[in-house]
Order: sequence, then structure tokens, then C-alpha cells
Amino acid sequence: MSWFFRSLDSSIGKKILMALTGLFLILFLMIHLAGNLALFKNDGGLAFNNYSSTLRSLPVIPILEIGLGLGFLLHIIQGVRLWWLNRSARSEKYKINTPSKGSSIFSRTMVYTGSITFIFLVIHLRSYWYTVITEGHEVDLFNLVKTSFQDPVYSGFYIVAMALLGFHLNHGFQSAFQTFGWNHVKYFPFIQKAGTLYAILMAVGFASMPVYFLLGGQ
Amino acid sequence: MSEHKLNLKLMIWKQSGPDVKGKFQEYKVSVSPDSSFLEILDDLNDSLERSNKEPVTFESDCREGICGTCGLVINGLPHGPLSRIATCQLHMRHFKDGDTVYVEPFRANTFPVIKDLMVDRSALDRIMHAGGFISINTGGVPDANEIPIPKEISSFAFDAAACIGCGACVAACKNSSAMLFVSAKVSQFALLPQGQPERYQRVEKMIKVMDEEGFGACSNTYACEAECPKGISVKNIARLNREYIKAKVKSHNLD
Repeated sequence: MSWFFRSLDSSIGKKILMALTGLFLILFLMIHLAGNLALFKNDGGLAFNNYSSTLRSLPVIPILEIGLGLGFLLHIIQGVRLWWLNRSARSEKYKINTPSKGSSIFSRTMVYTGSITFIFLVIHLRSYWYTVITEGHEVDLFNLVKTSFQDPVYSGFYIVAMALLGFHLNHGFQSAFQTFGWNHVKYFPFIQKAGTLYAILMAVGFASMPVYFLLGGQ
Repeated sequence: MSEHKLNLKLMIWKQSGPDVKGKFQEYKVSVSPDSSFLEILDDLNDSLERSNKEPVTFESDCREGICGTCGLVINGLPHGPLSRIATCQLHMRHFKDGDTVYVEPFRANTFPVIKDLMVDRSALDRIMHAGGFISINTGGVPDANEIPIPKEISSFAFDAAACIGCGACVAACKNSSAMLFVSAKVSQFALLPQGQPERYQRVEKMIKVMDEEGFGACSNTYACEAECPKGISVKNIARLNREYIKAKVKSHNLD
């Protein structure tokens, strides 16, 4: 292994990889949410289907998809590795586990909120991405989204998963900047607030879609 | 001096050696609210010895919060329920009559239990040996204040140097990470002119040994800062990350 990969495999290096892939996914979520807002245009799905078929027809999209897949994969594999390594640094656990006043519930539950987000991701890809890939351009994606979200169980799972994704992002956003060493008395409080705002926007934004169709949105 | 006594049930971790399974043992004690936590353990040991029973092994030295030797996890919190103190500065007035108090050693694979509540923290020493120093070659005694250092910078360095190396950050961390400790040691030298010649090799070497010893990685939960008896800031961890990234980019070390 070269010095580069050895450095990336140190404890700090592993965290830097988590932070880099995390920020990449944070960017992706913003674009994903912005595009999907087309669902709310009350035109029987014309705007949304146009948006999705335009995306499909762009030759750059398959390349970006590979990059996105790698980003997810690295973040997930590295996250599980870190969780396992960190866990095995203490074989004999404490009998009494009092959460420290200094640490938030969000920071202590990253592996759980991340795991549920992963399960969500698999179901989400199976529902939409896989259908589009296998059935091609003719799929009425809007109708697929609408009918699936009219199922309260499916929608309920979406809403819960989005709330937990919000928890994950709330810690992840500021944690990435701390890992890069960007903790400064002037800017870090802003980064923390921006992270919380971002997490709320993403959770509410994505959850509003199942809620919209549950409440009879067309 | 108050007259009333507190009746407590102490659940103390007993473990006869590093590779032996330990368990909690119950001790009923009646203590003065004016006693310190270590004093009630002294009293307990005194009475155990008088009745020919084995005393509880625990560590302490200065008993004024500056040496970092005492370190117990009391009801799940390193150095007990109060912030910014070492175990020796904890007094029984913070407990209520009838309380059950769990006393555990600092738990981490890097801190093997020697006996009962006493753990081996020499892994922290080995990290220090790797780079937690400055080399001063012989020569005349330099004048004090010969090198100008801004007050703000010297204060940051001093805050980092306040670390007493007790290991509470490792004990508090869900990952048993030593990042707060290492960050304090790296910061105090990185900030000052005297630390510059070895600045980048220091951080590379200390992190290498930290990883080899088997401490976990940092999840930025910031539990360490809250439990640190000296209130070392997690801003030092950010500085350590910066120093490490800079060192890896700049150094000629191909390891």
C-alpha cells in the first residue's frame, strides 16, 4: 500500500473518507429533493415524468450514477468497518451506561439511523430505480410513485425513515467539518445551525411527498 | 460538620487480575456527606482489612485533582456525576441517602484491568514516547520571553497543556478513542514556536502509535469534552485533524 492509502486507513483517514463521502451524499440529496419537487405540480404527473425522462436521456447520468453508487458504497462499508472497530475497542462493556451531557442522541445513534437509511435505500431503489432500469422509458413513474404512496404502510415507513435520516444528517453535517478540522469559534456555531436546518429541510421535504399523496394529492 | 450519615449501597467491580472474569460486589456503607469519594473507599478498605478481608484496589496520588491518577467510573460517568473534577474532588454530599452507587474501572481494551478498579494506562505513555515532547539540544540557557508569543496563542497552548492524562476521555468515549488526549498533547506543541521543528513528524508518529495501541476512532460525539476534568476542548481534536492532514500532505515520510 502506498503512503496515501495507508494514511486514509489510519483512524483519522477513515473519518476523512466518511466525511468526504458524507458531504458528497449531502449534495446529492439536495439535488434529488429539488428535482422531485416536480411531483407537486398539479398536472397529472406531466412535469415529473418529463423531468425523469430528461434525466434518463442524458448520457452523463449513467456515469454520475456509478459515482453516486460508489459514494454510497464507500460511506456504508467504511461506516460499518468503523462501527465494528470502535465497538471492539471495548470488549467488557460498562454495566451502567449514563449518556454524557456533552453528547447528543444523534451522534450516539449514527450506526442505527444509518442502517435504517440503508434498508430504506434498498427498498427505495427496488421500487423506482429498478423498475425504470428494467422496464425502460415507457414507465409512468409519476403513477408508480402516486400509487405506492397511497399505501399507508409504505408511506408510513417512508416518513419514519426520513425522520431518522434527518437525525443522521443533523450529526453528520457538522461532524464532517469537525473531521476536516474546521472548528473555529466564528464559523462552527453557524455550521452546526446550518446542519440542523439542512437536516430538517431534507427530512420534511422528502417526507412531504408520501404525505401529499396520502392526503389525496393528484 | 454535619451529624447525619448517608447509607449507601456500593456496587464495586472486583477483578483479581487482567485475564480473570470480574464481577460486582456489594458493600453497605454509612458515610459522612463531608467525606470525599476516595475517603469512603479508604474507610471501607480499613474496615475490610480489620476483619481480615481483601481490600478494594484503586489508584490515587495527589488527591487534589492535578495528577490524574484516580479515575473511577461512578454510576456510568468517569470521575462521577459532576463536571470538571477528578474523582478525588467528588464529595458525598452529591449523593442521597439510600442511593446505590456503581463503581467501575475505566473500561477499554487499551486499559487492561490490573486489579479491581486499577487499570494500566501505559498505552497513553507509549503515545507520548512517540512524539509528545520537544527536543532541546544543549547550549546556554535561553532568556525567558526571548521568543515573542501572542497572549492568545500561549493561552490556547496552556489550555491544551492542562490535560493531566487521566484517560477519562477514553473511558467516556463510546469508541474508547484517545483523540482528546492526543489532540491536547499535539496542540500544546503545535501552537508554540518551540514545537515547530518536530511539528509534523510528531503528529504522524503519535497517531500511528495511537492506532497501533487499538484505541477507537473519533465519532465527534463530544462526550470526552464533557467528562474531561480539565475541560479540554474538542477544538483541539479539530486542530489535531488539521495537523494530521497537513503533515500527510507536506512530510517526506512515505510510511
